[in-house]
Amino acid sequence: MKTPRAVWIAGIAAAIALPFVHRDPYHLHILVLILIWSFAYTSWSIMGRFGLVSLGHGGFMGVGAYVTALLWNHLGMSPWLGIPLAMVAAALLALVVGYPCFRFRITGHYFVLVTLALSGIVLQVITATRDYTGGSLGYTPDRATSGRQLLALQFDDKVIWYFIALLIWLSGLLIWRWIDRSMGRYAMDAISEDEDAAAAVGVNVTAEKLKITVISALMTALAGALYCQYQMFISPDTVSGISVSLQMAFAAIVGGLYVSFGPTIGAVITILLAETLRIGFGTNAVGWDNLVYGVLLVLFIIFLPKGILGSVIEKLKTQRKPSLRS
Amino acid sequence: MLVVEGLVKSFYGFKAVNNVSFTVERSEILGLIGPNGSGKSTIFNMLSGTFPPTAGSMRFDGAELAGLAPHRIINRGIGRTFQIPRPFHRLTIFENVALAGYFGQGRHSRAKAEEAAERALAMVGLSTDRHAGVDGLGAAGLKKLELAKALATGPKLLLADESLGGLDESEMDQAADMLRKIRDELGITIIWVEHIMGVLMRVVDRVMVLDHGEKISEGLPGEVAGDPRVIEVYLGTDADATQAAAALARRRTER
Repeated sequence: MKTPRAVWIAGIAAAIALPFVHRDPYHLHILVLILIWSFAYTSWSIMGRFGLVSLGHGGFMGVGAYVTALLWNHLGMSPWLGIPLAMVAAALLALVVGYPCFRFRITGHYFVLVTLALSGIVLQVITATRDYTGGSLGYTPDRATSGRQLLALQFDDKVIWYFIALLIWLSGLLIWRWIDRSMGRYAMDAISEDEDAAAAVGVNVTAEKLKITVISALMTALAGALYCQYQMFISPDTVSGISVSLQMAFAAIVGGLYVSFGPTIGAVITILLAETLRIGFGTNAVGWDNLVYGVLLVLFIIFLPKGILGSVIEKLKTQRKPSLRS
Repeated sequence: MLVVEGLVKSFYGFKAVNNVSFTVERSEILGLIGPNGSGKSTIFNMLSGTFPPTAGSMRFDGAELAGLAPHRIINRGIGRTFQIPRPFHRLTIFENVALAGYFGQGRHSRAKAEEAAERALAMVGLSTDRHAGVDGLGAAGLKKLELAKALATGPKLLLADESLGGLDESEMDQAADMLRKIRDELGITIIWVEHIMGVLMRVVDRVMVLDHGEKISEGLPGEVAGDPRVIEVYLGTDADATQAAAALARRRTER
C-alpha cells in the first residue's frame, strides 16, 4: 500500500516537533527505545520476510554493542570509528555463518538451528571472556570526560538521543524501501519460493542471500551499538543471546514482517508490554514478558501469520477492491 | 554450436546417461525423444548446470560447460524451461519475466531488463500488463510464462523441456508453432524434449532418440520414424506408430 507523500512529510514534521512540545523524560526514553528496537526489528525483517528466519540476530546485536564498548574502554577508540568496525565484524560473522549455509543449501528449519547456534556461541564468548566483557554481570562504557561527549557519542540529553534514534529509524525504513524496489527483492522473492527455478533464470542464489544477510547484520550491529551508547550498560541478556533473538522474531512477526511499518508496530507492542509488566508487577514479573511473547507468538503464527499491520492492510485492500469496480 | 562428447551421469552406480555424444548446429531445432527415464531430462540438467556430469564434455561455442554454476551457464546464453512450469507466485507475471531479463543477461540495467521482458511477453502472446498476477494463468498460460522467462534471459540456445504436456491439441499445435517462430524470428537454436511425438516431428529439423541412457537413433524425422529400433523401444504400440507416420505425412504435404 502506498502512503502519500503528504502523510510522510506531516508525520516526520510531527516527529521532529514532538520533543519541543512534550519533554517528559520518561516518555522520551520509551520513544527512544521504541525507535532503536524498531530499527533492530526492521533489520531482522529485511531477511526474515524472504523466509530467512534467523535466531542469530542477538549475536549480531551483541557484536555491535560489545565491540564498540570494548574498543572505547580498552583502546580509547571513539564510537564514531568503533561502530563502523563493530558493524564490519558483524558482517564478517554473517559471511562466515551464511556462506556455508547458502552454498550447501541449508534452508528452513535447519537454517534456523544454525543461526540459533550463532546466538549461543556469541553469548558463550561474552561470558567466557568475562575479564574483558564483564560476563553475565554486564558491561559499561567508560564515562567520557566533559568536553569529549561528542567524541564518545555519549549524551545526557534525551532529546539528542531522540533525534539520533529517529534518524536511524527513518534510515531503516528507507533501506527497506530501497530493497523493496530493487531487482534484489525480485530475486529474493523468487529464491524464497524455488531456488532452482531462480538459478535457472540466472540468479546467483548464494550471492543474493549473502547480500541480504550482510545488510541485515550490518544494521543489527548498528542497533546494538546505539542501544549500548544510549543505555550506557549492556549485558548478554539485553543485547545478545537467544532471548533477544527470539524477541526480534516475535516482534517482527506480531507487527507484520511483510510491510515496512510492521516491525515498528511490533516494537511499540513489545516495549509497552515490557514496561507495563515492569511498572505493574515490578521485580515479581521478571521474565514474564518472555512468557507472554511465547504465548502470543504461537497464537499469531496460527491465527494472524501476516501480523497486525499486515492483516489490517490486507483487510483495507480487499474492502477497497469492490468499490473500485462499482 | 554445442558439441557433447561421451557424456555420462551415474547416480549411485546407476547410469542415467551412458556415453552420449551429439552436436547441435546453429539455428536448428533438435528433437530429443525417448521413453520415461531414458535420460532426456538428465541431459538437460547437466547442460543447464543443475548437476555436473560424471564424465564427458559439453562445449558451447568452444567453451566447456561442465562444472559451471547454473547462473553462469544462463549468462553464457543457454536458457531453459522446466517440464512442469515453475513460476514465482510472489511476483507478477511481468516481474517474473523482468527478473529473468535482469539476472539472465548479466545484471546490466533495469530498463533493459524490462524491455527484454516486454519483448518476451509479446513473443509468447502474454499480456504485458504490469500488475497481472501469476495465479490467473491456466496450464497454457503458465507454459507461455515459462517460455517468456527463458527468452528474456537472451539465450542463443534454448532447452525446452516437454513443453506440451497437459495441453489440448490446438494448444499443442500453437506451442509447436511458437517454438518454430522463436527459431525463425529470433534465430535461437532449440533442443526440444518432448513425449508427444506427432507434433514434435512436424517442427524439428533432426531427432535424437534415447533409451536407457543411450542414444539409439539420430537423423531426419523421416529416417528416425522408420528406424526399427525406435519403433521397437519407443513407439511400442501400433497406435503410436500410426500417429508418427501420420505426422510425417502431414509434414511432407506441407513442403
